Amino acid sequence: MTERIILQTHDLTKAYDDITAVDHLNLSVREGEVFGLLGPNGAGKTTTTLMLLGLTEPTEGSASIDGMDCVRESIQIKSTVGYLPDNVGFYPDLTGRENLRFTGRLNGLDPQLCEQRIERLLSRVGMTQAADRKAGTYSRGMRQRLGIADVLMKDPRVIIMDEPTLGIDPEGVRELIELIRKLSTEDGRTILISSHQLYQIQQICDRVGIFVAGKLIACGPIKELGRQLESEGSYILELSVEPDDGTLEKKLAELEGVSSVTRQEEIIHVESTGDIRPRLMPLLLEGGYQLLHLHLRGGDLDEIYRRYFEKAGESGEHPTAERKRPGILEQLWKKQKS
Amino acid sequence: MNSKRFFLIFMLLLVVSTASLGGALSNIRSAVEESSDFIFLKLFTTSGTTIYSFATFMAFLGPLAGITLGFDAVSNERSQGTLNRLAAQPIYRDSIINAKFLAGSTVIFLTVFMLGIYVSGMGLLMIGIPPSVEEVLRVFTFLLLTWVYISFWLALAIIFSVVCKHAATAALVTMSIWLFLSLFMSLVASTLANLLFPTSGIAGFANLSSNYTATLALNRVSPYYLFSEAATTILNPNVRSIGVVTMSQLSGAIAGSLPFSQSLLLVWPHLVLMIALVIAGFAIAYIAFMKQEIRA
Repeated sequence: MTERIILQTHDLTKAYDDITAVDHLNLSVREGEVFGLLGPNGAGKTTTTLMLLGLTEPTEGSASIDGMDCVRESIQIKSTVGYLPDNVGFYPDLTGRENLRFTGRLNGLDPQLCEQRIERLLSRVGMTQAADRKAGTYSRGMRQRLGIADVLMKDPRVIIMDEPTLGIDPEGVRELIELIRKLSTEDGRTILISSHQLYQIQQICDRVGIFVAGKLIACGPIKELGRQLESEGSYILELSVEPDDGTLEKKLAELEGVSSVTRQEEIIHVESTGDIRPRLMPLLLEGGYQLLHLHLRGGDLDEIYRRYFEKAGESGEHPTAERKRPGILEQLWKKQKS
Repeated sequence: MNSKRFFLIFMLLLVVSTASLGGALSNIRSAVEESSDFIFLKLFTTSGTTIYSFATFMAFLGPLAGITLGFDAVSNERSQGTLNRLAAQPIYRDSIINAKFLAGSTVIFLTVFMLGIYVSGMGLLMIGIPPSVEEVLRVFTFLLLTWVYISFWLALAIIFSVVCKHAATAALVTMSIWLFLSLFMSLVASTLANLLFPTSGIAGFANLSSNYTATLALNRVSPYYLFSEAATTILNPNVRSIGVVTMSQLSGAIAGSLPFSQSLLLVWPHLVLMIALVIAGFAIAYIAFMKQEIRA
């Protein structure tokens, strides 16, 4: 991976009549990396991607890809940047192959090169079998795979994907993720993925940016974001024990450094400023408890994401996310602001 | 474009043309008895006892073809999710809307000329009288006029396909405009004219001319009326004027038909106005589309 910045936004802002969809966004993506733009629905992710492609004019600020201004040089931008919209559609009366051919012609490809590329891409995304069926009969997963082939028709250096894994079954997602990973590792393309489904995205992103209410509130490699959390000294331990008599919670609360103990059905959540696992075992032995489940949370993206979303009023991916607790990122953000 | 839909509307127009031709042929004998000039043109203007003439059918059903081709031009792309994919290709955004209009307009051109040539050909076989050069020119001008007229409805339908989210809304709105302008505009025009210039009472006689002019002006708001008037003038060389003619103007006039150039001069304002309407309609659709958000 080179250190060259290929995509950059400077105070990018988009204001609609009553809301500011994107608020002074400063983002830079290095060449060849997979960048995940994560945020809840309505955070302004799609607006950002549309502005990057020059399909929507920013109210303020600027964006550039590979040194080209996204507003002024939109034709050049659109020939180097591939865009996979969420819920990508194809002309239902044409076959998959014909749809790709149409895209090839719009990109001014030489007919022979176009046919070769169609053949290669169809086999790459595993759609050769269905290529001559009408696109109207495709399932969502097939549409998404054909969408990737469609994006690759113009041989883009940068690919922007909007919610690529939405509404696809787990096996399909796994294949899709594998495909996206190869686009980055084998072809060396820069990929910007916007999504609210962090589980899938977490696996392939080199860096992520967390985007809430039009603002980028955290940005960096996942591990680093996790470390930031740890250094702030917040641990969440999930455990369940047998017998589940309810007295353990009191004992846990008395441990040093434990700030709160909450229970959700049989799972007990312990929040502490330090790692209490070494002191947990003697406690359990003493009471004659058997440990059924133990999980330390806090270092993964899920936690970062979930905490921030609580603040943004989103329930996130988990039913457990409904409890209100002040998040570390919230504190981080407050620090930044002050 | 949905080929099934186009096939249906094309079949409808074909059947209607054949029927009008049949009607014209059954009545052409009595029409020729009145005056034997321009028999070939009578194929287009003579109506049967139970069926309208080709020109009337085009004026009434032609808009349907335009609406069919245009009402979901943009909203369909939007709803099937191809619009943002299309817009992300290295083409200017206006080429999308230009292509929509040009494609529709070309299809209309081909359809109109095919039907016109079909009716001429069949008519030629049936009556066996070849058309004169003037008649050919008149038919050609009439077909061009029809093309412009239907293109106006295409442009109108495209406007609503840009503005409305759902194709069904756009179709309903355009069709109600079509029905209003084709069927009810004449009623509205005469009612308004009668309100402004009542023809009864003391001032009635003095108002007669103003009343008629007002009705005519209001009627001409409707492209349907414009087209009908222009088509009649072009296809019937005996129409000498499309406004009010006083007795004094008529005295001394020699009864006879107008040459092609004079008929054309008579409908020139109509043609210009119709082309202007098409351009205005397309311009509105263009601006609306360019200002619109691409996202669904």
